[in-house]
Amino acid sequence: MILVAGFLATECWRWIGVFAAGRLRDDSLVFAWVRAVATALVAGIIARLILFPDGVLGDVPMWLRLVAVAGGVIGYKLSKDRLILGILTAEVVLIGGWAVMS
Amino acid sequence: MTSSDMNVEEGDEPSEFEGGAYWFRQGVKGAVCLPTLILMMAFVGFTSLASEVGLTLIEVLMMSFFMWALPSIVVLTGAMSVGTGLIPAAIAVALSAVRLMPMTVALIPVLRDGKRTKTWHMLIVSHFVAVTAWVFAMRNLPSLPRAARLPYFAGFGGTVHLVVLCSTAVSYVLLPVVDGPIAAGLVMLTPVYFMFSMYQAARTGGDQAALLLGLILGPVFYYLFPGADLLLTGFVGGTVAFTGWLFATRRGEL
Repeated sequence: MILVAGFLATECWRWIGVFAAGRLRDDSLVFAWVRAVATALVAGIIARLILFPDGVLGDVPMWLRLVAVAGGVIGYKLSKDRLILGILTAEVVLIGGWAVMS
Repeated sequence: MTSSDMNVEEGDEPSEFEGGAYWFRQGVKGAVCLPTLILMMAFVGFTSLASEVGLTLIEVLMMSFFMWALPSIVVLTGAMSVGTGLIPAAIAVALSAVRLMPMTVALIPVLRDGKRTKTWHMLIVSHFVAVTAWVFAMRNLPSLPRAARLPYFAGFGGTVHLVVLCSTAVSYVLLPVVDGPIAAGLVMLTPVYFMFSMYQAARTGGDQAALLLGLILGPVFYYLFPGADLLLTGFVGGTVAFTGWLFATRRGEL
């Protein structure tokens, strides 16, 4: 199960990626396009993980998850783009908010 | 610029082996960083979920080692916990892992040192492609000489992988199932961390537009075309962002 549904189903994409890259150069426009597609795809996963999560995060009301993300963005921007402060703000809002409610 | 140009710029030219070993060690040192810590915490969230649904330590470690992509690992955990069949589970995991393909395509041209980089080397280090290592590589590798990039990435990726495997095993054995707000916070860590690190990795306005469009289109396509939503998000969001960026920056040339 893990080898087929896990390993093969993930690793094959990486191998396909290596071959699909071919002789692609990192100063070409195709490269810039592929990077944009990869970025948008990961962004889609981010949105899904926040809006439609499985398990325990799904018990947190949607509005609180969105407020936590908004808080994280504010913390990130106020601290002049510091990753750790953006994450900490989002986590404090989420955990604190839900602890108060439940 | 060809690879021989890069060597001239670099000045002293160590033998390939010595240079490689040096840059591998630099990559190992580079792995001692905040993203590694965040990834460790995110995997703690996964071990908690895994022990809740009854996965064994071996299964947890095998998934972490062989898959090395947290969102896909969570998908497989969910499938195994409800007893999904092999083929449906494989399809679900494969759909969640599609992103690894364009990510790898975007990384390889940065990683490669002309024709001198062997394909099997790239196949091996491609295993380390996951958001953490990808963001780190896309931000930091372009400033390194070309010959240094693959060994550096191997050192970085291998160390992060090893450290996270160890911390995952320790947290599975030692930590009780965390519950409630803390567990939710650990699960939230992955998307929030992905979001900020992708933003930092965005090199052009096109990348930033792609990030924003992906965040918006993702949920829209999730409702309209469930199943194909991630692929559509990537292609539509990425293409629109890229085209817009191209027109905005090169209007004069077109």
